[in-house]
Amino acid sequence: MSVFVLRLDAQGLRTIGLGLVSLVLYVLLFTNADAILTLSLQKGWGFIVPIAIAFLFSFVHGAFTGGFWDMMGLKAQARKEPKRWNK
Amino acid sequence: MTNFIPLDATGMVALFLVGFVGGLVSGFIGSGGAFVLTPAMMTMGVPAIVAVASNMCHKFPKALVGSYKRAKYGQVDVKLGLVMGVSAEAGVLVGAHVQELIKVAFGDVGSNLYVSFVFVVTLAIVGSIVLRDAIRSYRAGAAVEEKAGKLAKFVQSIHIPGTMVYFKSIDAKVSVLITLPLGFATGMLAATIAVGGFIGVPSMMYVLGAPSLMASATELVIAFVMGLGGTIKFAMSGYVDIRLAMIILAGSLFGIQVGAIGTTYVKPYMIKMVMGIIMILVLFSRLLVIPVYMAQLDMIAPIAAGTAAALKSGSFWIMVGALVIGAGIILRALWTGMREAAVPA
Repeated sequence: MSVFVLRLDAQGLRTIGLGLVSLVLYVLLFTNADAILTLSLQKGWGFIVPIAIAFLFSFVHGAFTGGFWDMMGLKAQARKEPKRWNK
Repeated sequence: MTNFIPLDATGMVALFLVGFVGGLVSGFIGSGGAFVLTPAMMTMGVPAIVAVASNMCHKFPKALVGSYKRAKYGQVDVKLGLVMGVSAEAGVLVGAHVQELIKVAFGDVGSNLYVSFVFVVTLAIVGSIVLRDAIRSYRAGAAVEEKAGKLAKFVQSIHIPGTMVYFKSIDAKVSVLITLPLGFATGMLAATIAVGGFIGVPSMMYVLGAPSLMASATELVIAFVMGLGGTIKFAMSGYVDIRLAMIILAGSLFGIQVGAIGTTYVKPYMIKMVMGIIMILVLFSRLLVIPVYMAQLDMIAPIAAGTAAALKSGSFWIMVGALVIGAGIILRALWTGMREAAVPA
C-alpha cells in the first residue's frame, strides 16, 4: 500500500497560509461587493479603493501563486544573469 | 451602478481561465491576453469602457508580480522600464485622446475600424520582423547567440551630450531622446489596441539592442507604469469594476508565474517565436472584421448580417486561438526544458 506523505517545510506552510489569506480576501470582496463598488464610485478619494485592493491582492495572491507552483515542483532553472553581448 | 453587471458563475470561470492563459503568455513575452479579455468581457455584457478599465486594473498588479518574479532571475532592467514607462504614460494619454476624437467624429464603428486598422498595420510590420528573426535564429540553431543588429549598433553609437543614460540590459549608454519616442509609441499602441508590448518589446530588442529575455521582462515594468496610470484615470471616472479585475487577476497570477519560470528553460528565440506567431494570428483576426466595419460606414457594399456575424465570431475565436497556441508552445517548451534539465549531461 502506498502512502502519500505531504511533507511541509516552513516555505510550504507559508504558502498554505498565504493561500488561506488570499481566499479570505476574495470571499470578503465578493460578499461585500456592493458596498465596495459604491465606495469606489465616491467622488474625491474613491478611486483609491480599487487601486488599494489591486495592490493588496497582488501581494498576497502573487506570493501564494509563486509558492503554489514551487510546491507543485515547478521551479525555475538556476541560471546566471542573461548574457549581455555588446561589449 | 448601472455600469456594473451582475456576475454569473460561468462568466467568472471563463474570465479566470482567460486570465490564466493571458498571464501565462504575459509572463513569457511581457504582454498579451488583454486583446482577448476586453472582447470577452464585452460578450458578457460589460460596457466597453468598463471592460477596458477593469482589464487595465488587472494588468498593473499582474505586471508587478511578473516583473518581480523575472527580476529575481536577473532579467529586468528597471531603469529602462521606468524611463520607457514614463514616456509610455504620455503615449497612453495622447492615444486615448485620439480614440475619443475618432469616436466623436466617426462613431463607434469608425473607432472600431481605426483600432482594427492599427492592429493590422502594426502587426503586419512588426510581427513579420519578429517572426522572420525567430525563424532565422531557429534555423541557425542554439550555437548562434543573440547579437545586437545593425540598427541597434547605430543607435548605440549616437552620442547626444546631456541625454546619455547607461542601461544595464544593453550594457551601453543610449540617448533618452531615442527611448522617449519608443516609449511613447508603446503607450499609444497600448491605448489603441491594449497591447503596447507589440511595439515595446521589439523596439527594445531591435532598436536599442536588448536581449529578448531582458526586453520581454522589462516590458512588464513598462506595463506596470502604464497600467497604474491608466487605472487611476479610469478609476477617477468610476469605470473600474474591481470584481471583474480581481477575478482575472486570480487566474493571471497563476499563469504569470508559469510563464516567468518558462523563460528560464527556453532558448531566447522562443520568446520571439511565440510573440511573432501570436502577432500574425491576431493580425488575421482583425483583418476578418475590417470589411464588416467598412460596410457599416458605407465605404464598401453592404455585407449580409449572417456573414458579418460569422466574420466577427471567426475573428474572436482566432484571437482566442492565438492565445491558446502561444500558451501551448510555452508549456511544451517548459516541459521539454524541465525534462532536459532533469537529465544529467
